[in-house]
Amino acid sequence: MTEFFQNLDWSPLIISLKTGAISAVICFFLGLFAAAKIMKAGPRTKAVFDGIFTLPMVIPPTAAGFFLLLLFSRKRPLGMFLFENFNISVVQTWLGCVIAASVIAFPLMYQNARAAFEQIDSDIILAARTLGLSERKIFWKIVVPIARPGLLSGAILTFARALGEYGATSMLAGNIAGKTGTISQKIAMVMQDGDYKLAGFWTIVVIIIALAIIVAVNLLLGKSRNQKRNQKR
Amino acid sequence: MKLYVDIRKKTGDFNLDVTFECGSGTHAILGASGCGKSMTLKCIAGIETPDEGVIILNNKVLYDSKKKINLPPQKRSTGYMFQDYALFPNMTVRKNIEIAAKGNTVEKSYFSRFHLDGLEELYPYQLSGGQKQRTAMARMLAASPEMIMLDEPFSALDSHLKWKLEKEVKQTLEELNTITLFVSHDRDEVYRLCDTVGAMENGKLKEMKRVKEFFENPGSRVAALLSGCKNIAKARRISKNRVFVPDWNIELETKKEVPDDIGYVGIRAHYLKATDEIKGKNTFIIEDIEISEDPFEWNISFRCAGGTQYLQWKVSKEIWSLERMSLPKAFKISPENILILR
Repeated sequence: MTEFFQNLDWSPLIISLKTGAISAVICFFLGLFAAAKIMKAGPRTKAVFDGIFTLPMVIPPTAAGFFLLLLFSRKRPLGMFLFENFNISVVQTWLGCVIAASVIAFPLMYQNARAAFEQIDSDIILAARTLGLSERKIFWKIVVPIARPGLLSGAILTFARALGEYGATSMLAGNIAGKTGTISQKIAMVMQDGDYKLAGFWTIVVIIIALAIIVAVNLLLGKSRNQKRNQKR
Repeated sequence: MKLYVDIRKKTGDFNLDVTFECGSGTHAILGASGCGKSMTLKCIAGIETPDEGVIILNNKVLYDSKKKINLPPQKRSTGYMFQDYALFPNMTVRKNIEIAAKGNTVEKSYFSRFHLDGLEELYPYQLSGGQKQRTAMARMLAASPEMIMLDEPFSALDSHLKWKLEKEVKQTLEELNTITLFVSHDRDEVYRLCDTVGAMENGKLKEMKRVKEFFENPGSRVAALLSGCKNIAKARRISKNRVFVPDWNIELETKKEVPDDIGYVGIRAHYLKATDEIKGKNTFIIEDIEISEDPFEWNISFRCAGGTQYLQWKVSKEIWSLERMSLPKAFKISPENILILR
């Protein structure tokens, strides 16, 4: 047992947590922005963009990974441009982990934010406009605070999804130990070697993190539900 | 101070067509629910856009479809109190008011003025209906609007609170002396609070009348209904001061001249008088009496001999006691109490 832990390489946990956290932050703002924009769009624009924003959730992650690989490959315009001008490469790097995880997890944040915004009584926004409040002030001082429970649970779920991302990450970032080797990739790799012990260990780690996240979301939503019940009384 | 509104808007089968003009004072838009009252207010506030027309407030053009002017609600300075008050649920009473006052600190006296002392740090869900309304009023006025609009301000309140709040609102409006539009379906509220009133019928509003005049001479059948007239029937002109009402099978003498295009006559349920003398002007023998009881009033419906439609008579229990008096044989209506309607 002690030998197992002495020889254990913790880097997959660090890489996964880092990827999850950074992706959650990126998705939080992008999702917030996308949901806010789509609330103001006309019905047709809404239908099209809602489809695009939700797409990464419904297509196979490997398909998304393939698309990202085409986009960021150093042999293609965007990848070439990034590398030549900013010395940034996405393929086979940690940045690739973040981009793949963000793309796959983004719809979760977007959907949660949109649902939270849609629940807000539109009269409240209209009243704010007649009171002379700017759209920016209405968004940050009224819309976001009211939608907070939904936004937070969206962010947490995004973190969870990004943390466990496998398909797109393996396509775009590969599995380079200590660099892009996430927990999910580690599990898949050691299973190929028949190392049940190591795979089992990492599976337990993932389950503990996921469970903690779901409990956190439930507590958060339960709290806001209680508040709503008080409001009705 | 002047508000000029001349707008049209089509949504589905519904056609909004509103024209009126008013100065300072309280002006009611009276109408059944879904007739376009709130839509009119929303167009003035800029949270709905008409298809065409003009809205001018104190020489400032808020909307003009020909000149392509359509100010956003933020630039219109029109206060709007929503039916369910639309307070910001994430802010205390103080924050709700301060954000409308452009973030300025609000003096203690301002809270006292709206009877909000001690409630400053409470959230909307902790307030009663009346307290919510006071907060909404205080918040609206903190933004110093050039006119205000009240959308059914008392409909979300329990009836025992209504009186108290109504008195407060009346006093606030008198102190403000600004242009107030008051949307309601309650004729009594309108009579007590407003200076002029316009009846809205299927999205159409064409003029505002002094309140007293509106109740004395509503003009159209729908306006008469909105003003609370219970007895309305088709009428035919006989001569300058006489009409025939087929559904009631009676001929009535009127004080007002009967126009050629008269459509209906109306008789308010309180203006009928019971009599046992079957003689004189506008006196009719009745049959088929039915009586229902309200807490303080009798509702009596009857037909005139030969008529098909029932008339309604309302009388206070203090005046007419069922125990002591026998049922009347006839009814009388004085010629000045007959409403002539289009």
